[in-house]
Amino acid sequence: MPPLERRDRGHRLCPAPLSLRLVAPARRATPQPMADPLLSFTDRGIYCAAGDFYIDPWRPVDRALITHGHADHARPGHRRYLATEAAAPVIRHRLGEIDIDTIPYGEVRDVGGVRVSFHPAGHVPGSAQIRVEKAGEVWVVSGDYKTEPDGLCEPFEPVRCHAFISECTFGLPVFQWRPQVEIAAQIDDWWRANRAAGRISLLGAYSLGKAQRVLATLDPEAGPILTHGAVENVNEVLRAQGYPLPPTIRVTPDTKGRDHPGALVVAPPSALGSTWMRRFGTVSTAFASGWMQMRGVRRRRAADRGFVMSDHADWDGLNAAIADTGAERIFVTHGYTAIFRRWLAEQGYDAGIVETAWEGESLDQTDEAEA
Amino acid sequence: MKRFAALFSALDQTTKTNAKVAALAEYFREAPEPDRLWTIALLSGRRPKRTVTSTLLRTWAAERAGIPLWLFEEAYPIVGDLAETIALILPDPSRQSDRSLADWIGVVRGLGKAEEAERKAAVLDAWDQLDRTERFVFNKLITGGFRMGVSQKLMTRALSQATGIDEPDLAHRLMGDWSPESTSFRALILEHDPAADLSKPYPFYLAYQLDDPPESLGAPADWAAERKWDGIRGQLVLRGGAHHLWSRGEELMTDRFPEFARLIDFVPPGTVIDGEVLAFQNDRPMAFAALQKRIGRKTVPKKLLTEAPVLLMAYDLLEWEGQDIRALPFAERRAILDDLIAPLPTEAPLRASPLLQFDTWEDLAAERAKSREMDAEGVMLKRRDSPYRDGRRKGDWWKWKVDPLVIDAVLIYAQQGHGRRANLFTDFTFAVRDGDALVPFTKAYSGLTDEEFRRITAWVRRNTTERFGPVRSVTPQHVFEIAFEGIQESPRHKSGVALRFPRMSRWRHDKPVEEANTLDDLKDMLAAYGGATP
Repeated sequence: MPPLERRDRGHRLCPAPLSLRLVAPARRATPQPMADPLLSFTDRGIYCAAGDFYIDPWRPVDRALITHGHADHARPGHRRYLATEAAAPVIRHRLGEIDIDTIPYGEVRDVGGVRVSFHPAGHVPGSAQIRVEKAGEVWVVSGDYKTEPDGLCEPFEPVRCHAFISECTFGLPVFQWRPQVEIAAQIDDWWRANRAAGRISLLGAYSLGKAQRVLATLDPEAGPILTHGAVENVNEVLRAQGYPLPPTIRVTPDTKGRDHPGALVVAPPSALGSTWMRRFGTVSTAFASGWMQMRGVRRRRAADRGFVMSDHADWDGLNAAIADTGAERIFVTHGYTAIFRRWLAEQGYDAGIVETAWEGESLDQTDEAEA
Repeated sequence: MKRFAALFSALDQTTKTNAKVAALAEYFREAPEPDRLWTIALLSGRRPKRTVTSTLLRTWAAERAGIPLWLFEEAYPIVGDLAETIALILPDPSRQSDRSLADWIGVVRGLGKAEEAERKAAVLDAWDQLDRTERFVFNKLITGGFRMGVSQKLMTRALSQATGIDEPDLAHRLMGDWSPESTSFRALILEHDPAADLSKPYPFYLAYQLDDPPESLGAPADWAAERKWDGIRGQLVLRGGAHHLWSRGEELMTDRFPEFARLIDFVPPGTVIDGEVLAFQNDRPMAFAALQKRIGRKTVPKKLLTEAPVLLMAYDLLEWEGQDIRALPFAERRAILDDLIAPLPTEAPLRASPLLQFDTWEDLAAERAKSREMDAEGVMLKRRDSPYRDGRRKGDWWKWKVDPLVIDAVLIYAQQGHGRRANLFTDFTFAVRDGDALVPFTKAYSGLTDEEFRRITAWVRRNTTERFGPVRSVTPQHVFEIAFEGIQESPRHKSGVALRFPRMSRWRHDKPVEEANTLDDLKDMLAAYGGATP
């Protein structure tokens, strides 16, 4: 089934109607007897004691539920994995021989007596938020997410819950993304101008997610597109799943820039400035990342252009997503956690911080797929 | 403003010098003349007077964006730039404007006289008709400190391409005490009259660091050498019975150093001297800290005049008897300078920087090795037959500094950088060992490569032991070599010392914490190099 036809089924699966948070919750006068929380935070990752499983753990565990295939979320060494059908091929490709079970979006599965389901997170193809329910108590772990539909991955779906564990990579009001079509037009213009000047365009984008999103949004008539091996490996996996990607040419040791005049080359950010890019001669370089919003970061990366395109929610996206869950308890992780927590607390949420080993969108991390 | 904002984006979007110069030259050919003049002014550090405080701007921006002020204040240091933070945080404009740069600067300047409510209305109105880049530029016009990634040298080159006037000539025309209010593009650039401005300085010639051995410069006899003094570069202009002292950043320092007024009695008008302003006492330079006390003050109390008296250590003569003599060989200019200074009484605040005697490069290396004891930073080399050039150019002047002092220290605190270095840990505090304790003694921000900053950032994230606001204390595990130019006693620091120009010169992966230097080592260095106390 082509991924774009998947329907938004999250709301229907929420069994009992939860009371909407309309006003700030009053501080409870007397502490209620506290059962163990459904999810707890351990040094291996987020743990569900009732079902004896972890979500995106960073140390080896017996049973791991995985939101998506990025290296900081899907790590090697667990005994059993569970991920969406759409995410599993990339996870297999990256982690090799693993014991992985798959689940369609929206389907409820019993894991150790806990009801578990996966819902689109809109971050990268196959990515999910994980919903966990026991005895009427519902928690959702967002993984990484973005709220704007990008035409390639399954669009983000709000899931109602009591407690929401949300990333906040770009949890500052200075991060406000422009619509994707504007950014795509900027990239097309840059590519076109370079082609007119006889230059190759080299765009740095994550090999899983960002690269394919860029490919899917560009003008397919504009010229040849070359891809770094790390990007093309992921392309092959996603194409086999039926994700619509334009034709691309893999860069090999024999590839010469002069054979592909005016081409666009898509490569992981770490390839920019490396010896790998020398084969293309004089190029115009660019990055596509949410961090490009800040002029200082743009200048530090010393690329010719910085396109503000992120696979994470911006400020408005985070706030809307959190409001749409109807949750009262919010835990924020990876990002500007202290600031974002304070903001949420002022908005009336019972907000806390969870320290995790997840990295969000880091321009400075090495993409492990290249190794 | 659209044209200027487009220029700004074009300059910001490339790292290639030629592309920047081409974009600027095109602007200088096509923009209206008042806009050209303002652009030249902004790029040479002349900006309109500040008419709105940054506190008010922050308050208005937060209010317009619908966020609490504390949230704005948290975002600002992360972005690292107030004008940019405001531009990013505001909602989209509701309309467009095609007013010119000079026009908007008129608006900004007009705010000075307005009531606060009127000022606020005008600023909010401007924000509502400018796009993100235009807003950023507009905010920069209000807050000042315009940096567009273009040096004055590049701007001069572009202007030269656009006007056909030689670069050195243009550089001279752009010097000194002018503002777009006091002149026009035509008067300043196209119909320049050198006699019109008695205070106008010449462009400073700046030296490059000598990285190759001095033998690469050829025969020692072709070169003159002197000490490299650790003061502030100054150009003393004596014309028409008045004197002006200019800093390298083209700031007038005349009032800060009233000592030089006396020189009018000793030196004839029509003289321009290049030299180093030094705090000087008992026949030797005082520590830089003494001079620092003078720099910060617009007017100088009597007490400070006696505590930290200054003089000009002269090393070049640019104008003599009203004639621009920069084209003469250095040796000739220097001879006239020496003749001018020799008969002066010793109490005149003007001396000639002594020329060092050397026949071989080994002789000069030996002189250089004495730099610290002579209170100098190294030696300067000047080609005897060279003209006085403008800007930083390779070939005729070289600075050959002494090797820095170094000490191996332990990283104990880390803090994220701002602006260009946002989301990286770049600001570090270092300690020396004292028994089992670690005593912090310096901070350092620079010296590592981007790749090293990335690696240490990842490490800091994993090895934070405690947080104090933005500062993280980390496991003492990494040793860095800290290089610095000088060391002084300082009661304000726990370790009792203050370093001059500390930076990380090497990441000592090979050294465990137990082999880092100790507080005693640091005190030994203080005793050896601490020199005259301020």
